[in-house]
Amino acid sequence: MPRPFTPKVVTANRLLEGDAVWRTVTGDWSPRLSDAELIEDARTAELRLLEAAAEAHLVVGAYLADATKAETGPKPTHFREAFRTRGPSNHAHGKQADIQEKT
Amino acid sequence: MYHYNDFDEAFVRNRVAQFRAQVERRIDGSLTEDEFKPLRLMNGLYLQLHAYMLRVAIPYGTLNSAQMRQLAYIAERWDKGYGHFTTRQNIQFNWPRLRDVPDMLDALADVGMHAIQTSGNTIRNVTADHFAGAAADEIADPRPVAELLRQWSTDHPQFQFLPRKFKIAVSGSRHDRAVTRAHDIGLEIVEKDGEIGYRVIVGGGLGRTPMIGKVLRDFLPQADLLPYTEAVVSVWNLLGRRDNKYKSRIKITVHEHGIEEISRLVEEEFQQIRPGFAGFDRGLLSHIEHFFAAPAFTEKSAAPYDEAYQTDPVFRSWADTNLTEHRHPNHAIVTVSLKKHGATPGDASADQMRVLADLAEHYGHDELRISHEQNVILPHVHKGDLPAIHGALKASDLATANIGLVSDIIACPGMDYCALATARSIPIAQQIATRFDELKLEHDIGALKIKISGCINACGHHHVGHIGILGLDRAGLENYQVTLGGDGTETAAIGERAGPGFSADEIIPAIERLVLGYLDLREGRDETFLEAYRRLGPAPFKALLYPEAKANAA
Repeated sequence: MPRPFTPKVVTANRLLEGDAVWRTVTGDWSPRLSDAELIEDARTAELRLLEAAAEAHLVVGAYLADATKAETGPKPTHFREAFRTRGPSNHAHGKQADIQEKT
Repeated sequence: MYHYNDFDEAFVRNRVAQFRAQVERRIDGSLTEDEFKPLRLMNGLYLQLHAYMLRVAIPYGTLNSAQMRQLAYIAERWDKGYGHFTTRQNIQFNWPRLRDVPDMLDALADVGMHAIQTSGNTIRNVTADHFAGAAADEIADPRPVAELLRQWSTDHPQFQFLPRKFKIAVSGSRHDRAVTRAHDIGLEIVEKDGEIGYRVIVGGGLGRTPMIGKVLRDFLPQADLLPYTEAVVSVWNLLGRRDNKYKSRIKITVHEHGIEEISRLVEEEFQQIRPGFAGFDRGLLSHIEHFFAAPAFTEKSAAPYDEAYQTDPVFRSWADTNLTEHRHPNHAIVTVSLKKHGATPGDASADQMRVLADLAEHYGHDELRISHEQNVILPHVHKGDLPAIHGALKASDLATANIGLVSDIIACPGMDYCALATARSIPIAQQIATRFDELKLEHDIGALKIKISGCINACGHHHVGHIGILGLDRAGLENYQVTLGGDGTETAAIGERAGPGFSADEIIPAIERLVLGYLDLREGRDETFLEAYRRLGPAPFKALLYPEAKANAA
């Protein structure tokens, strides 16, 4: 039996800057996971990933990451994805220094 | 040290120009990412969790002051003001932007450096003993051999699409500081009947299937070095498995075919290609050797050292821990710790790099070394200059007296940076070092190597740590497995897994129990952790890690 679908977001790294970005409902790439489109079914997920793959001039290595619904938008479910929204823990560099996440 | 000739200079510049054009073609869409990726990897450019990462080779760990200053400049101009020294004598810049990378490579070429073959399925940066040319126990300086291998392997047409990466390390001393037994090829300079030759060790490696290398030739004459090495890589290039990347390294080839069969094939290939090496390689080696002549050691009084040693306890503690015997009696090898308690192992700020460059220029014959243990070395320092050097290091947060102690931890970047990582390693290293600093027991505990990797690929060399820590993802949580009794020296051993892993909260107390428990188990201050482990076996150490299991069994 196929595993039940869990909600996903499309994420990648930007080609020029290399930082993590998430795909929004309007098809833009945002540096905030909370801006991402939360995808609730497998067919849409597959389609969104194909759309992302067509944007190789903007992003690299698009993939589907598990996320969960929260009031402020999608939240990560795995620590790796949580780290990607913040940056490293040993220096205040990356997203935690560059952008303000919605609280 | 080696200086680029016109050929080297033109080759490296040409490579930068090619890469600049490749970056432009990727950005304008003429190259797909699938086409571009192998090209960027060949030039040391990775895409990590938060940014690109540029890995720059520091061949055999040797730098001069101008090169160190240039690394500082690159860190400030195109990165975030620091660099990370790795466990294979490279430096990594964690925040470059794609468009800037060709300029960074040009800046490296300005000082005779590059990032070629720091990634991809090629022969990687050739590493060597970081005390090369200075150690009292040295038979011969391993760096000329390492430089010869660098030149031979760079862009070698036969070895650009190997089954997997290939790592070579060279040691010239009886004491192995280059982890030669955990490399695809480890070369040990040995002496037999007054003649210099090489012990060739193959098939070592850590990662998913850790193996200690096996001796392929006990004494290889100097003249045969290059054809023999080429024969080894050629045999593996044909036999090595390209169908399964977990079975592609030469350690698996040696394991699957047996050392006798590999030896037979290598000798066969060697006999065939040897006539092609008509002596140019030997001429080149003796040419290279001139670049590594010992500096003119200074003759002057060592009195300032003796005085500081008698009167300044902070200096004495540092001198006892961070100095190593030099081949010249009035000199010392200084290891500068990049492991201040609570800091990131291997990170140096641009300011610190410049201080180290200045010290090398003023006191150290313009030489610096980077160790695989992520520290910086001033290899040739007159003892009379040590108090001044210590003073300058103190002012720059570089005077931590902990070399070889519990807080001198190797740690890979882990999931703070690396896209392959399964857990973080840096915070674990920071917390262990901070905790043992609080306990003020570090010097009492004595020699102890803790090594931490954030995934099974083992960049943090955890298998050869006296205490190894491996970070894994267990059901969506960071989890840390402990291995015991590993050793990366001439008495190399793979550590044994102690038992179930620990959560991120449990691992620091577990290591504390283990190390404090060792203090009760040892026969005296002279028995190191590793010696006690070898005498007693794993059981009492496991009991320290898992007290509840012991209670349940009782």
